[in-house]
Amino acid sequence: MLKLDNIQAGYGPVKVLQGVSFEARAGEVLCLMGRNGAGKTTTMKAIMGLLPLDSGQITLGDVTTSTLPPHEVPKQGIGYVPQGRRLFGGLTVAENIDVGLMTRGKGKKTREFVLDLFPRLRERLNQRSETLSGGEQQMLATARALCLEPSVLLLDEPTEGLQPSMIQLIRDTVDKMRDAGVAVVLVEQRVEAVLDMADQVVFIENGFSRETMTPDALRRDGALLKKYVGI
Amino acid sequence: MEFGPHLLLAVIEGSVGAAVLALTALGLSLVFGVMRVVNVAHGEFYMLGAVIAWYVATFLGAHPAVGFVGALILAPALVAVIAMLVDWLALKRVGYDPEATIVATIGFGYIFQQLTLMGFGPEARPVDPPFNSRIALPWFEFGENGLEFYFPWGLSVTSYKLFVIGAAAVLLIGFWLMLSRSKIGLVMRATELDRETAQAFGIPVDRVYAIVFGLGAGLAALAAVLIVPIQQAHYLMGHDPLLLSFIVVIIGGLGSIRGTIVAALLIGLSDGIISVFFSPTLAKIIATLLVAFVLVFRPQGLYGKKAA
Ligand SMILES: Nc1ncnc2c1ncn2[C@@H]1O[C@H](COP(=O)(O)OP(=O)(O)O)[C@@H](O)[C@H]1O
Ligand SMILES: [Mg+2]
Repeated sequence: MLKLDNIQAGYGPVKVLQGVSFEARAGEVLCLMGRNGAGKTTTMKAIMGLLPLDSGQITLGDVTTSTLPPHEVPKQGIGYVPQGRRLFGGLTVAENIDVGLMTRGKGKKTREFVLDLFPRLRERLNQRSETLSGGEQQMLATARALCLEPSVLLLDEPTEGLQPSMIQLIRDTVDKMRDAGVAVVLVEQRVEAVLDMADQVVFIENGFSRETMTPDALRRDGALLKKYVGI
Repeated sequence: MEFGPHLLLAVIEGSVGAAVLALTALGLSLVFGVMRVVNVAHGEFYMLGAVIAWYVATFLGAHPAVGFVGALILAPALVAVIAMLVDWLALKRVGYDPEATIVATIGFGYIFQQLTLMGFGPEARPVDPPFNSRIALPWFEFGENGLEFYFPWGLSVTSYKLFVIGAAAVLLIGFWLMLSRSKIGLVMRATELDRETAQAFGIPVDRVYAIVFGLGAGLAALAAVLIVPIQQAHYLMGHDPLLLSFIVVIIGGLGSIRGTIVAALLIGLSDGIISVFFSPTLAKIIATLLVAFVLVFRPQGLYGKKAA
Protein backbone atom coordinates (compact mmCIF):
# COMPACT_ATOMS: atom_id res chain seq x y z
CA MET A 1 0.00 0.00 0.00
CA LEU A 2 2.16 2.91 1.27
CA LYS A 3 5.79 2.12 0.68
CA LEU A 4 8.86 4.10 1.75
CA ASP A 5 11.97 3.03 -0.09
CA ASN A 6 15.17 4.11 1.63
CA ILE A 7 14.20 7.78 1.90
CA GLN A 8 16.54 10.56 2.93
CA ALA A 9 15.26 14.01 3.82
CA GLY A 10 15.90 16.96 6.11
CA TYR A 11 15.36 20.62 6.73
CA GLY A 12 17.58 22.45 4.26
CA PRO A 13 21.18 21.61 5.13
CA VAL A 14 20.14 19.62 8.22
CA LYS A 15 19.97 15.96 7.25
CA VAL A 16 17.49 14.15 9.47
CA LEU A 17 16.32 11.02 7.68
CA GLN A 18 19.24 8.91 6.44
CA GLY A 19 17.47 5.81 5.26
CA VAL A 20 13.91 4.96 6.22
CA SER A 21 12.05 2.06 4.62
CA PHE A 22 8.81 0.33 5.50
CA GLU A 23 5.53 -0.65 3.98
CA ALA A 24 2.17 0.02 5.58
CA ARG A 25 -0.49 -2.43 4.43
CA ALA A 26 -4.23 -2.00 4.03
CA GLY A 27 -6.18 -3.11 7.10
CA GLU A 28 -3.11 -3.06 9.32
CA VAL A 29 -1.62 -0.76 11.93
CA LEU A 30 2.06 0.04 11.59
CA CYS A 31 3.59 1.63 14.69
CA LEU A 32 6.65 3.85 14.51
CA MET A 33 8.72 3.91 17.68
CA GLY A 34 11.89 5.69 18.64
CA ARG A 35 13.34 8.20 21.02
CA ASN A 36 12.55 11.89 20.90
CA GLY A 37 14.32 13.48 17.97
CA ALA A 38 14.79 10.17 16.17
CA GLY A 39 12.92 11.40 13.09
CA LYS A 40 9.37 10.04 13.46
CA THR A 41 7.62 13.35 12.83
CA THR A 42 10.03 14.12 10.02
CA THR A 43 9.09 10.78 8.42
CA MET A 44 5.41 11.74 8.57
CA LYS A 45 6.12 15.13 6.99
CA ALA A 46 8.16 13.48 4.27
CA ILE A 47 5.24 11.17 3.48
CA MET A 48 2.97 14.22 3.18
CA GLY A 49 5.40 15.81 0.75
CA LEU A 50 6.09 18.68 3.13
CA LEU A 51 9.83 18.04 2.89
CA PRO A 52 11.56 17.33 -0.42
CA LEU A 53 13.35 13.98 -0.50
CA ASP A 54 17.11 13.98 -1.03
CA SER A 55 16.86 10.40 -2.27
CA GLY A 56 14.63 7.35 -2.19
CA GLN A 57 10.96 7.31 -3.09
CA ILE A 58 7.50 6.96 -1.62
CA THR A 59 4.73 5.15 -3.45
CA LEU A 60 1.07 4.66 -2.74
CA GLY A 61 -0.14 1.73 -4.79
CA ASP A 62 1.00 2.58 -8.32
CA VAL A 63 1.43 6.30 -7.65
CA THR A 64 4.82 7.77 -6.79
CA THR A 65 3.73 10.42 -4.32
CA SER A 66 7.21 11.75 -3.57
CA THR A 67 7.42 13.53 -6.92
CA LEU A 68 4.04 15.24 -6.57
CA PRO A 69 3.69 18.86 -5.38
CA PRO A 70 2.82 18.87 -1.65
CA HIS A 71 -0.84 19.79 -2.05
CA GLU A 72 -1.42 16.85 -4.41
CA VAL A 73 -0.25 14.26 -1.88
CA PRO A 74 -3.30 14.32 0.41
CA LYS A 75 -5.56 14.12 -2.65
CA GLN A 76 -4.20 10.62 -3.24
CA GLY A 77 -6.03 9.63 -0.08
CA ILE A 78 -3.57 10.24 2.74
CA GLY A 79 -5.13 11.72 5.89
CA TYR A 80 -2.73 13.35 8.36
CA VAL A 81 -3.18 13.92 12.09
CA PRO A 82 -0.09 15.98 12.94
CA GLN A 83 1.74 15.96 16.25
CA GLY A 84 0.30 18.69 18.47
CA ARG A 85 -2.93 18.53 16.40
CA ARG A 86 -2.19 21.68 14.35
CA LEU A 87 -5.83 22.71 14.06
CA PHE A 88 -6.67 25.94 12.28
CA GLY A 89 -7.14 27.57 15.68
CA GLY A 90 -8.93 30.71 14.53
CA LEU A 91 -11.46 28.69 12.52
CA THR A 92 -14.57 27.10 13.94
CA VAL A 93 -15.02 23.35 14.30
CA ALA A 94 -17.27 23.36 11.23
CA GLU A 95 -14.70 25.28 9.19
CA ASN A 96 -11.89 22.90 10.16
CA ILE A 97 -14.07 20.06 8.96
CA ASP A 98 -14.86 21.94 5.76
CA VAL A 99 -11.15 22.26 5.01
CA GLY A 100 -10.85 18.49 5.40
CA LEU A 101 -13.85 17.86 3.16
CA MET A 102 -12.49 20.19 0.49
CA THR A 103 -9.26 18.25 0.14
CA ARG A 104 -10.85 15.48 -1.91
CA GLY A 105 -14.19 17.11 -2.64
CA LYS A 106 -16.18 15.06 -0.11
CA GLY A 107 -19.65 16.17 0.92
CA LYS A 108 -22.49 15.83 3.38
CA LYS A 109 -22.32 12.08 3.70
CA THR A 110 -18.70 12.13 4.84
CA ARG A 111 -19.42 15.05 7.15
CA GLU A 112 -22.23 13.13 8.84
CA PHE A 113 -20.02 10.06 9.14
CA VAL A 114 -17.23 11.89 11.00
CA LEU A 115 -19.67 13.82 13.18
CA ASP A 116 -21.34 10.55 14.14
CA LEU A 117 -17.93 9.22 15.16
CA PHE A 118 -17.41 12.27 17.40
CA PRO A 119 -20.82 13.55 18.57
CA ARG A 120 -19.10 16.05 20.90
CA LEU A 121 -17.95 17.96 17.84
CA ARG A 122 -21.48 18.20 16.51
CA GLU A 123 -22.47 20.12 19.65
CA ARG A 124 -19.62 22.58 19.12
CA LEU A 125 -19.73 23.23 15.40
CA ASN A 126 -19.66 27.01 15.73
CA GLN A 127 -17.03 27.16 18.44
CA ARG A 128 -13.53 28.37 17.57
CA SER A 129 -11.35 25.29 17.60
CA GLU A 130 -8.64 26.88 19.76
CA THR A 131 -11.16 27.10 22.62
CA LEU A 132 -11.81 23.32 22.66
CA SER A 133 -10.38 21.08 25.36
CA GLY A 134 -7.34 18.98 24.51
CA GLY A 135 -9.40 15.85 23.96
CA GLU A 136 -11.89 17.66 21.76
CA GLN A 137 -9.07 19.15 19.74
CA GLN A 138 -7.68 15.68 19.13
CA MET A 139 -11.13 14.50 18.05
CA LEU A 140 -11.30 17.38 15.60
CA ALA A 141 -7.81 16.74 14.24
CA THR A 142 -8.80 13.11 13.68
CA ALA A 143 -12.16 14.03 12.20
CA ARG A 144 -10.52 16.49 9.83
CA ALA A 145 -8.22 13.76 8.52
CA LEU A 146 -11.09 11.29 8.16
CA CYS A 147 -12.94 13.83 6.01
CA LEU A 148 -10.66 12.73 3.19
CA GLU A 149 -12.04 9.18 3.37
CA PRO A 150 -8.39 8.22 3.38
CA SER A 151 -6.93 4.90 2.36
CA VAL A 152 -3.88 5.76 4.48
CA LEU A 153 -4.16 7.43 7.87
CA LEU A 154 -1.10 8.96 9.55
CA LEU A 155 -1.36 9.71 13.28
CA ASP A 156 1.58 11.36 15.04
CA GLU A 157 1.36 10.81 18.81
CA PRO A 158 -2.41 11.29 18.88
CA THR A 159 -2.77 10.36 22.55
CA GLU A 160 -0.02 12.66 23.85
CA GLY A 161 -1.28 14.44 26.97
CA LEU A 162 -4.83 13.03 26.87
CA GLN A 163 -6.98 11.56 29.64
CA PRO A 164 -7.51 7.79 29.63
CA SER A 165 -11.11 8.03 28.38
CA MET A 166 -9.97 10.13 25.42
CA ILE A 167 -7.09 7.78 24.70
CA GLN A 168 -9.60 4.95 24.52
CA LEU A 169 -11.78 6.89 22.08
CA ILE A 170 -8.85 7.57 19.76
CA ARG A 171 -7.78 3.92 19.94
CA ASP A 172 -11.30 2.76 19.13
CA THR A 173 -11.31 5.06 16.13
CA VAL A 174 -8.00 3.64 14.92
CA ASP A 175 -9.40 0.12 15.30
CA LYS A 176 -12.48 1.07 13.30
CA MET A 177 -10.43 2.50 10.49
CA ARG A 178 -8.17 -0.52 10.37
CA ASP A 179 -11.17 -2.84 10.25
CA ALA A 180 -12.51 -0.73 7.40
CA GLY A 181 -9.35 -1.52 5.42
CA VAL A 182 -7.39 1.66 6.01
CA ALA A 183 -3.60 1.43 6.26
CA VAL A 184 -2.73 3.14 9.55
CA VAL A 185 0.70 4.55 10.42
CA LEU A 186 0.80 5.44 14.10
CA VAL A 187 3.57 7.10 16.05
CA GLU A 188 3.11 5.99 19.64
CA GLN A 189 5.44 6.13 22.63
CA ARG A 190 3.61 3.93 25.09
CA VAL A 191 4.72 0.34 24.78
CA GLU A 192 1.56 -1.42 26.01
CA ALA A 193 -0.49 0.51 23.49
CA VAL A 194 1.87 -0.46 20.70
CA LEU A 195 1.92 -4.11 21.70
CA ASP A 196 -1.86 -4.03 21.79
CA MET A 197 -2.60 -2.33 18.51
CA ALA A 198 0.24 -2.91 16.11
CA ASP A 199 0.47 -5.43 13.30
CA GLN A 200 4.01 -4.27 12.57
CA VAL A 201 6.45 -2.23 14.62
CA VAL A 202 9.19 -0.17 13.01
CA PHE A 203 11.98 1.36 15.09
CA ILE A 204 13.57 4.62 14.00
CA GLU A 205 16.98 5.52 15.33
CA ASN A 206 19.09 8.51 14.27
CA GLY A 207 17.16 8.82 11.03
CA PHE A 208 17.44 5.15 10.08
CA SER A 209 14.65 2.62 10.23
CA ARG A 210 15.95 -0.43 12.08
CA GLU A 211 14.10 -3.66 12.81
CA THR A 212 10.61 -4.16 11.52
CA MET A 213 8.85 -6.73 13.65
CA THR A 214 5.61 -8.07 15.02
CA PRO A 215 4.39 -7.31 18.55
CA ASP A 216 4.73 -11.00 19.42
CA ALA A 217 8.41 -11.01 18.57
CA LEU A 218 8.80 -7.81 20.55
CA ARG A 219 7.17 -9.34 23.60
CA ARG A 220 9.68 -12.18 23.46
CA ASP A 221 12.69 -9.89 23.06
CA GLY A 222 12.54 -7.12 25.65
CA ALA A 223 16.12 -6.07 24.92
CA LEU A 224 15.05 -4.43 21.67
CA LEU A 225 12.73 -2.02 23.44
CA LYS A 226 15.52 -1.07 25.78
CA LYS A 227 17.83 -0.47 22.85
CA TYR A 228 15.56 1.76 20.78
CA VAL A 229 13.24 3.47 23.21
CA GLY A 230 15.20 3.15 26.43
CA ILE A 231 12.61 1.26 28.46
CA MET B 1 -21.14 79.02 7.91
CA GLU B 2 -22.08 78.01 11.40
CA PHE B 3 -20.37 75.23 13.28
CA GLY B 4 -22.99 72.51 12.76
CA PRO B 5 -23.16 72.62 8.97
CA HIS B 6 -19.41 73.12 8.80
CA LEU B 7 -18.89 69.94 10.84
CA LEU B 8 -21.25 67.99 8.60
CA LEU B 9 -19.21 69.07 5.60
CA ALA B 10 -15.98 68.01 7.32
CA VAL B 11 -17.46 64.64 8.20
CA ILE B 12 -18.46 64.02 4.59
CA GLU B 13 -15.00 64.98 3.32
CA GLY B 14 -13.48 62.77 6.00
CA SER B 15 -15.73 59.88 5.04
CA VAL B 16 -14.55 60.01 1.44
CA GLY B 17 -10.96 59.80 2.66
CA ALA B 18 -11.81 57.08 5.16
CA ALA B 19 -13.61 55.01 2.53
CA VAL B 20 -10.70 55.07 0.12
CA LEU B 21 -8.19 54.55 2.91
CA ALA B 22 -10.09 51.53 4.26
CA LEU B 23 -9.91 49.81 0.87
CA THR B 24 -6.22 50.61 0.42
CA ALA B 25 -5.20 49.58 3.92
CA LEU B 26 -7.25 46.40 3.67
CA GLY B 27 -5.09 45.31 0.74
CA LEU B 28 -1.92 45.91 2.72
CA SER B 29 -3.35 44.14 5.76
CA LEU B 30 -4.53 41.11 3.78
CA VAL B 31 -1.12 40.61 2.19
CA PHE B 32 0.65 40.94 5.50
CA GLY B 33 -1.83 38.72 7.32
CA VAL B 34 -1.79 35.80 4.90
CA MET B 35 1.75 36.03 3.48
CA ARG B 36 3.68 37.85 6.22
CA VAL B 37 4.93 40.14 3.46
CA VAL B 38 5.28 43.86 4.13
CA ASN B 39 4.45 45.23 0.70
CA VAL B 40 6.31 48.51 0.38
CA ALA B 41 5.16 48.76 -3.26
CA HIS B 42 1.53 48.99 -2.13
CA GLY B 43 1.42 52.76 -2.71
CA GLU B 44 2.77 52.28 -6.24
CA PHE B 45 0.05 49.73 -7.02
CA TYR B 46 -2.40 52.43 -5.94
CA MET B 47 -0.65 54.93 -8.20
CA LEU B 48 -0.69 52.46 -11.10
CA GLY B 49 -4.42 52.00 -10.59
CA ALA B 50 -4.98 55.74 -11.03
CA VAL B 51 -2.63 56.03 -14.01
CA ILE B 52 -4.13 53.04 -15.79
CA ALA B 53 -7.57 54.51 -15.08
CA TRP B 54 -6.49 57.67 -16.92
CA TYR B 55 -5.26 55.64 -19.92
CA VAL B 56 -8.43 53.55 -20.04
CA ALA B 57 -10.72 56.58 -19.72
CA THR B 58 -8.76 58.50 -22.36
CA PHE B 59 -8.66 55.56 -24.73
CA LEU B 60 -12.36 54.80 -24.43
CA GLY B 61 -13.27 58.48 -24.78
CA ALA B 62 -17.04 58.66 -25.24
CA HIS B 63 -19.11 59.64 -22.22
CA PRO B 64 -17.17 60.00 -18.92
CA ALA B 65 -19.30 57.23 -17.43
CA VAL B 66 -18.10 54.76 -20.08
CA GLY B 67 -14.47 55.60 -19.40
CA PHE B 68 -14.98 55.44 -15.65
CA VAL B 69 -16.75 52.09 -15.65
CA GLY B 70 -14.09 50.72 -18.00
CA ALA B 71 -11.37 51.95 -15.66
CA LEU B 72 -13.15 50.55 -12.62
CA ILE B 73 -12.98 47.08 -14.14
CA LEU B 74 -9.73 47.15 -16.12
CA ALA B 75 -7.37 49.07 -13.82
CA PRO B 76 -7.70 46.79 -10.75
CA ALA B 77 -7.57 43.70 -12.96
CA LEU B 78 -4.39 44.85 -14.72
CA VAL B 79 -2.75 45.88 -11.44
CA ALA B 80 -3.65 42.49 -9.96
CA VAL B 81 -1.94 40.78 -12.90
CA ILE B 82 1.15 42.99 -12.49
CA ALA B 83 1.26 42.12 -8.78
CA MET B 84 0.97 38.41 -9.51
CA LEU B 85 3.94 38.79 -11.85
CA VAL B 86 5.91 40.46 -9.05
CA ASP B 87 4.96 37.56 -6.78
CA TRP B 88 6.14 35.05 -9.33
CA LEU B 89 9.29 36.93 -10.38
CA ALA B 90 10.55 37.93 -6.97
CA LEU B 91 8.61 37.06 -3.81
CA LYS B 92 8.24 33.36 -4.54
CA ARG B 93 11.90 33.14 -5.52
CA VAL B 94 13.12 34.51 -2.19
CA GLY B 95 10.86 32.04 -0.39
CA TYR B 96 8.72 34.87 1.08
CA ASP B 97 11.54 35.70 3.47
CA PRO B 98 10.29 38.73 5.43
CA GLU B 99 13.37 40.89 4.92
CA ALA B 100 14.06 39.93 1.34
CA THR B 101 10.46 40.71 0.35
CA ILE B 102 10.75 44.20 1.85
CA VAL B 103 13.82 44.88 -0.27
CA ALA B 104 12.18 43.36 -3.35
CA THR B 105 9.00 45.42 -3.01
CA ILE B 106 11.01 48.62 -2.44
CA GLY B 107 12.80 47.85 -5.70
CA PHE B 108 9.63 47.17 -7.65
CA GLY B 109 8.05 50.31 -6.20
CA TYR B 110 10.86 52.44 -7.66
CA ILE B 111 10.68 50.65 -10.98
CA PHE B 112 6.93 51.33 -11.27
CA GLN B 113 7.39 54.95 -10.28
CA GLN B 114 10.17 55.61 -12.78
CA LEU B 115 8.43 53.74 -15.59
CA THR B 116 5.35 55.84 -14.96
CA LEU B 117 7.42 59.02 -15.02
CA MET B 118 8.91 57.96 -18.35
CA GLY B 119 5.64 56.88 -19.94
CA PHE B 120 2.94 58.98 -18.33
CA GLY B 121 5.07 62.00 -17.52
CA PRO B 122 5.32 64.30 -14.51
CA GLU B 123 1.94 66.04 -14.96
CA ALA B 124 -1.12 65.37 -12.87
CA ARG B 125 -3.97 64.31 -15.13
CA PRO B 126 -7.65 64.25 -14.30
CA VAL B 127 -10.21 61.59 -15.02
CA ASP B 128 -13.75 62.87 -15.45
CA PRO B 129 -16.22 61.66 -12.86
CA PRO B 130 -19.15 59.71 -14.35
CA PHE B 131 -21.55 62.20 -12.79
CA ASN B 132 -20.94 65.21 -10.64
CA SER B 133 -24.06 67.16 -9.74
CA ARG B 134 -24.05 69.29 -6.61
CA ILE B 135 -26.49 68.31 -3.96
CA ALA B 136 -27.45 70.95 -1.44
CA LEU B 137 -27.69 69.57 2.08
CA PRO B 138 -30.34 70.63 4.56
CA TRP B 139 -29.59 71.79 8.06
CA PHE B 140 -32.03 72.24 10.92
CA GLU B 141 -32.61 74.83 13.54
CA PHE B 142 -34.99 75.20 16.44
CA GLY B 143 -36.82 78.40 15.60
CA GLU B 144 -40.04 79.97 16.84
CA ASN B 145 -42.10 77.36 15.00
CA GLY B 146 -40.15 74.42 16.39
CA LEU B 147 -37.83 72.36 14.18
CA GLU B 148 -37.06 74.10 10.88
CA PHE B 149 -35.11 72.80 7.92
CA TYR B 150 -33.26 75.09 5.55
CA PHE B 151 -30.39 74.93 3.05
CA PRO B 152 -27.41 76.96 4.28
CA TRP B 153 -25.34 78.63 1.60
CA GLY B 154 -22.26 76.54 0.79
CA LEU B 155 -23.48 73.36 2.45
CA SER B 156 -23.40 70.98 -0.46
CA VAL B 157 -21.65 67.85 -1.66
CA THR B 158 -21.11 66.39 -5.11
CA SER B 159 -23.07 63.30 -5.97
CA TYR B 160 -19.79 61.63 -6.94
CA LYS B 161 -18.39 61.92 -3.42
CA LEU B 162 -21.50 60.29 -2.00
CA PHE B 163 -21.06 57.56 -4.61
CA VAL B 164 -17.47 56.95 -3.45
CA ILE B 165 -18.61 56.48 0.13
CA GLY B 166 -21.41 54.11 -0.90
CA ALA B 167 -19.24 52.14 -3.33
CA ALA B 168 -16.50 51.65 -0.74
CA ALA B 169 -19.04 50.47 1.82
CA VAL B 170 -20.45 47.93 -0.65
CA LEU B 171 -16.95 46.74 -1.57
CA LEU B 172 -15.91 46.37 2.08
CA ILE B 173 -19.01 44.35 2.89
CA GLY B 174 -18.48 42.23 -0.22
CA PHE B 175 -14.87 41.62 0.73
CA TRP B 176 -15.84 40.63 4.24
CA LEU B 177 -18.47 38.20 2.92
CA MET B 178 -15.93 36.71 0.53
CA LEU B 179 -13.46 36.17 3.34
CA SER B 180 -15.89 34.84 5.94
CA ARG B 181 -18.43 32.93 3.84
CA SER B 182 -16.84 31.70 0.63
CA LYS B 183 -14.66 28.72 -0.10
CA ILE B 184 -11.75 30.82 -1.34
CA GLY B 185 -12.03 32.92 1.83
CA LEU B 186 -11.80 29.78 3.97
CA VAL B 187 -8.76 28.68 2.00
CA MET B 188 -7.11 32.06 2.58
CA ARG B 189 -7.80 31.99 6.31
CA ALA B 190 -6.53 28.43 6.67
CA THR B 191 -3.35 29.36 4.80
CA GLU B 192 -2.91 32.40 7.03
CA LEU B 193 -3.26 30.31 10.19
CA ASP B 194 -0.97 27.42 9.26
CA ARG B 195 0.69 27.26 5.89
CA GLU B 196 2.15 23.78 6.31
CA THR B 197 -1.03 22.14 7.56
CA ALA B 198 -2.97 23.89 4.81
CA GLN B 199 -0.73 22.12 2.30
CA ALA B 200 -1.28 18.83 4.08
CA PHE B 201 -4.99 19.34 3.34
CA GLY B 202 -4.57 19.93 -0.34
CA ILE B 203 -4.40 23.72 -0.39
CA PRO B 204 -2.02 24.95 -3.12
CA VAL B 205 -0.34 27.55 -0.97
CA ASP B 206 1.71 29.07 -3.81
CA ARG B 207 -1.42 29.74 -5.82
CA VAL B 208 -3.20 31.18 -2.76
CA TYR B 209 -0.27 33.55 -2.20
CA ALA B 210 -0.35 34.72 -5.81
CA ILE B 211 -4.10 35.36 -5.58
CA VAL B 212 -3.79 37.17 -2.26
CA PHE B 213 -0.99 39.39 -3.53
CA GLY B 214 -3.00 40.18 -6.66
CA LEU B 215 -6.13 40.86 -4.62
CA GLY B 216 -4.26 43.13 -2.19
CA ALA B 217 -2.80 45.21 -5.02
CA GLY B 218 -6.16 45.17 -6.82
CA LEU B 219 -7.86 46.67 -3.75
CA ALA B 220 -5.34 49.53 -3.74
CA ALA B 221 -5.96 50.08 -7.46
CA LEU B 222 -9.72 50.02 -6.94
CA ALA B 223 -9.41 52.67 -4.24
CA ALA B 224 -7.31 54.78 -6.59
CA VAL B 225 -9.83 54.54 -9.44
CA LEU B 226 -12.53 55.76 -7.05
CA ILE B 227 -10.45 58.73 -5.93
CA VAL B 228 -8.89 59.75 -9.25
CA PRO B 229 -11.89 61.85 -10.42
CA ILE B 230 -11.39 63.89 -7.24
CA GLN B 231 -7.59 63.94 -6.97
CA GLN B 232 -6.00 63.39 -10.43
CA ALA B 233 -3.41 60.80 -11.38
CA HIS B 234 0.25 61.56 -10.70
CA TYR B 235 3.36 59.41 -10.57
CA LEU B 236 4.12 60.36 -6.95
CA MET B 237 0.58 59.98 -5.63
CA GLY B 238 1.37 56.64 -3.93
CA HIS B 239 3.33 58.06 -0.99
CA ASP B 240 0.52 59.31 1.22
CA PRO B 241 -1.71 56.23 0.82
CA LEU B 242 1.23 53.97 1.68
CA LEU B 243 2.06 55.95 4.80
CA LEU B 244 -1.57 56.23 5.90
CA SER B 245 -2.15 52.53 5.21
CA PHE B 246 0.78 51.62 7.43
CA ILE B 247 -0.60 53.91 10.14
CA VAL B 248 -4.02 52.27 9.84
CA VAL B 249 -2.64 48.76 9.83
CA ILE B 250 -0.46 49.42 12.87
CA ILE B 251 -3.31 51.02 14.81
CA GLY B 252 -5.85 48.40 13.76
CA GLY B 253 -3.57 45.44 14.38
CA LEU B 254 -1.58 43.74 11.63
CA GLY B 255 -3.69 41.30 9.68
CA SER B 256 -6.96 42.12 11.43
CA ILE B 257 -9.73 43.02 8.99
CA ARG B 258 -11.99 44.53 11.63
CA GLY B 259 -9.14 46.54 13.12
CA THR B 260 -8.14 47.82 9.70
CA ILE B 261 -11.64 49.09 8.94
CA VAL B 262 -12.13 50.66 12.37
CA ALA B 263 -8.72 52.35 12.24
CA ALA B 264 -9.30 53.56 8.66
CA LEU B 265 -12.54 55.21 9.76
CA LEU B 266 -10.80 56.75 12.76
CA ILE B 267 -7.82 58.07 10.79
CA GLY B 268 -9.80 59.02 7.68
CA LEU B 269 -12.51 60.89 9.59
CA SER B 270 -10.14 62.68 11.96
CA ASP B 271 -7.90 63.56 9.02
CA GLY B 272 -10.86 65.09 7.20
CA ILE B 273 -12.27 66.94 10.20
CA ILE B 274 -8.96 68.30 11.48
CA SER B 275 -7.95 69.33 7.95
CA VAL B 276 -11.13 71.31 7.49
CA PHE B 277 -11.05 73.06 10.87
CA PHE B 278 -7.32 73.41 11.41
CA SER B 279 -4.76 72.20 8.92
CA PRO B 280 -3.83 69.01 7.06
CA THR B 281 -0.39 69.13 8.67
CA LEU B 282 -1.88 69.00 12.15
CA ALA B 283 -3.99 66.01 11.04
CA LYS B 284 -0.85 64.11 9.99
CA ILE B 285 0.93 65.05 13.22
CA ILE B 286 -1.96 63.70 15.29
CA ALA B 287 -2.12 60.48 13.28
CA THR B 288 1.59 59.93 13.77
CA LEU B 289 1.32 60.61 17.49
CA LEU B 290 -1.53 58.11 17.66
CA VAL B 291 0.71 55.48 16.10
CA ALA B 292 3.39 56.23 18.68
CA PHE B 293 0.84 55.82 21.47
CA VAL B 294 -0.44 52.55 20.06
CA LEU B 295 3.09 51.20 19.64
CA VAL B 296 3.94 52.06 23.25
CA PHE B 297 0.74 51.02 24.99
CA ARG B 298 -0.80 48.41 22.72
CA PRO B 299 1.85 47.19 20.28
CA GLN B 300 -0.44 44.52 18.85
CA GLY B 301 -2.90 47.21 17.73
CA LEU B 302 -6.56 47.66 18.60
CA TYR B 303 -7.72 44.28 17.35
CA GLY B 304 -4.43 42.45 16.85
CA LYS B 305 -3.42 39.33 18.69
CA LYS B 306 -0.52 39.42 21.09
CA ALA B 307 2.62 38.00 19.52
CA ALA B 308 2.96 34.37 20.61
N1 LIG C 1 11.98 22.55 11.39
C1 LIG C 1 13.13 21.93 11.70
N2 LIG C 1 14.32 22.46 11.30
C2 LIG C 1 15.48 21.85 11.60
N3 LIG C 1 15.58 20.72 12.29
C3 LIG C 1 14.44 20.13 12.73
C4 LIG C 1 13.16 20.71 12.44
N4 LIG C 1 12.21 19.91 12.99
C5 LIG C 1 12.86 18.90 13.57
N5 LIG C 1 14.20 19.01 13.41
C6 LIG C 1 15.21 18.08 13.89
O1 LIG C 1 15.00 16.84 13.28
C7 LIG C 1 15.26 15.79 14.19
C8 LIG C 1 14.07 14.85 14.20
O2 LIG C 1 12.94 15.50 14.71
P1 LIG C 1 11.50 14.83 14.74
O3 LIG C 1 11.27 14.18 13.44
O4 LIG C 1 10.55 15.85 15.18
O5 LIG C 1 11.68 13.73 15.87
P2 LIG C 1 10.60 12.83 16.60
O6 LIG C 1 9.28 13.11 16.04
O7 LIG C 1 11.07 11.43 16.36
O8 LIG C 1 10.68 13.18 18.06
C9 LIG C 1 15.55 16.41 15.53
O9 LIG C 1 16.94 16.41 15.73
C10 LIG C 1 15.05 17.82 15.38
O10 LIG C 1 15.84 18.70 16.13
MG1 LIG D 1 7.59 13.85 16.89
